[in-house]
Amino acid sequence: MKYNWNWNVVLCRSECAQPYFDWILSGLGWTLVVSVMAWLIAFSVGSVVGVAKTAENRGLRLVAKGYVELFRNIPLLVQMFLWFYVVPELLPKVAGHFLKRELPLPEYWTAIVCLGLYHASRTAEQVRAGIEAIPRGQTLAALALGLTRGQVYRYVLLPVSYRIIVPPLTSDFMGIFKNSSVALTIGVLELTAQSRQIAEYTFNIFEIFTVATVLYMLVTLIVVTVMRYVEKKVRIPGTIAMGGS
Amino acid sequence: MIEIQDVSKWFGDFRVLSNCSTHVAKGEVVVICGPSGSGKSTLIKCINGLESFQEGVITVNGISVGAEGTNLPKLRASIGMVFQNFELFPHMTIAENVCLAQLKVLNRSRAEAEERAAQLLNRVGLSNQAAKHPAQLSGGQQQRVAIARALAMDPIAMLFDEPTSALDPEMINEVLDVMVALAQEGMTMMVVTHEMGFARKVADRVVFMDEGRIEEDARTEEFFGAPRGERAQMFLSKILSH
Amino acid sequence: MVGRFDFTVIFSNLDILWNGMLITLLLTVVAIVGGILLGTILALMRLSRFKLPAYAAGRFVDAFRATPLILVIFWFYFAVPIVTGRPIGGLYSVLIAFTLFESAYYCEIIRAGIQSIRLPQVHAGLALGLTRWQATRHVVLPQAFRNMVPLLLTQAIVLFQDTSLVYVVGLKDFLTAADLVATRDNRVVEMYLTAAVVYLVICSLGSLWVRRLQRQYAI
Repeated sequence: MKYNWNWNVVLCRSECAQPYFDWILSGLGWTLVVSVMAWLIAFSVGSVVGVAKTAENRGLRLVAKGYVELFRNIPLLVQMFLWFYVVPELLPKVAGHFLKRELPLPEYWTAIVCLGLYHASRTAEQVRAGIEAIPRGQTLAALALGLTRGQVYRYVLLPVSYRIIVPPLTSDFMGIFKNSSVALTIGVLELTAQSRQIAEYTFNIFEIFTVATVLYMLVTLIVVTVMRYVEKKVRIPGTIAMGGS
Repeated sequence: MIEIQDVSKWFGDFRVLSNCSTHVAKGEVVVICGPSGSGKSTLIKCINGLESFQEGVITVNGISVGAEGTNLPKLRASIGMVFQNFELFPHMTIAENVCLAQLKVLNRSRAEAEERAAQLLNRVGLSNQAAKHPAQLSGGQQQRVAIARALAMDPIAMLFDEPTSALDPEMINEVLDVMVALAQEGMTMMVVTHEMGFARKVADRVVFMDEGRIEEDARTEEFFGAPRGERAQMFLSKILSH
Repeated sequence: MVGRFDFTVIFSNLDILWNGMLITLLLTVVAIVGGILLGTILALMRLSRFKLPAYAAGRFVDAFRATPLILVIFWFYFAVPIVTGRPIGGLYSVLIAFTLFESAYYCEIIRAGIQSIRLPQVHAGLALGLTRWQATRHVVLPQAFRNMVPLLLTQAIVLFQDTSLVYVVGLKDFLTAADLVATRDNRVVEMYLTAAVVYLVICSLGSLWVRRLQRQYAI
């Protein structure tokens, strides 16, 4: 194998043809921004859909089930294309025009919404599983005290459920973090996109992809460590660790 | 105060309750007993609308439980209920468990709620456990907290659904003592239990259920003196033989 | 609104789409078979009493699970030709990438499945005079795989969807084929919607089947 190793490429600022180091940093920044914002959507929409899946009302349950099936059974990349190319065409003229022409950074917003709604279907399943893991007696006891259904979810079911599902929610976030790379297909310049660009400019493939891989692993490590701490912090005293991985 | 008239309930094709009728007057203590699967727990949960029923009428203080438009949360807040498995909320401290519904349902101020909680925890002998979480307490202690939690709502009546059957034997009495004291103070109570000693001591009437029917409904001394039905006799001999 | 769209474009390009679907299926099948085989080996390594194989397998799995699939695809697409010194074609590098990537995920499913078998089962096997390997082969693995079937299949459905990512290196799978037609004939809305519906139908049927199996396997 003939290959010219040159680790300087990944540290380039003004010495190279392009400031590759800055590209990597900005890529990492966008990866984080897109992931965190998408997670916020996934968490809130997923919670609502997950709660709806446990609702008494059959219609509500059906809608929630439809949501999960729809978003789970279409590849993320296809959903990305649908949101970016198809939705603006199907919307009324004014809205479509806004999305295509007026909205600043349309590919970034699209990626955030798309990733968020896609992963909401997974979060919803976790939230539902968490709620269903709580014995029915808890709901009865809360109702017997005079709490309304909404209050039962707010004060009893959700607080316990979220604690149970910290580990799966963490791997959900890792999923969003990794899947944010799919956004490069609609032009989001996140970490993977920047590294490919640098690879194509410099042919120093091993160096740049190694750096990108290490960065992904590093963030994963940090998130996992933080979430372990969170899990311990919110653990209910007197119980042993709950939930799987 | 509690009137149950001709109540029937089906789970699919299976009839869990058949034309049940009984009543509890103010200040009265009624014990419901019967073999497992006889419908006692289902019946008691119908009283505060935790279970629905298809036929019949239940009224609490004149308010019909099954009727459309009944404010169920409000009705439930006025009836205390104690469950077989305690059902304290695991993520809250003991004090928070007793305060939650006072704050969210009765809209009491936090100070007021905490004061009432402290008073009731003291009464059930657990004032030094207020800051702990349920999983750190024994079963008997948890059940006493559950009673305090229900009493904090200043209920007009208390429902007990097998309050001692999930407890280790050595803890049963600490819970029964609280219940006896409550009964002697004049609380209206409906208690599903197999503790016949408790029934003899404080119950005004005993209701015997079997296969979804109320087979006997008699004054306590009559019930223990000479139960009329064969099934009740058999049940009593089984339960009292050990 | 429908008037603007012309869905007949699907029928005039059926052969292109079908050839794309064949590539998608090829990738899926190879990655499932290769991934489960390699994943089983990795899982046994991770659970091995020997430190070195356990460590090596652990780091391999962690690395792949922390890296986005697209980056893995790029790695192999760009790096394999350099390592081998000659171009091997996008298909082969992608096949390798998918097999290795999936093996990391299958490893974790299989490991959990093996760990779900209670130790007394192994002891019972050993007590009968089986060797450790025989006990693994005849007692543990058959039970473990039986428990794992639904999870393995669910992962296969995820994998089927993930193959669409080969779009980033221009390999002509089903989605890329649809995309080619979309841009060539200027029928973006029609082709992307069609692709979405095809994936949706196949994956929904797949998950329906998995759920049915789950009910059957539940003891």
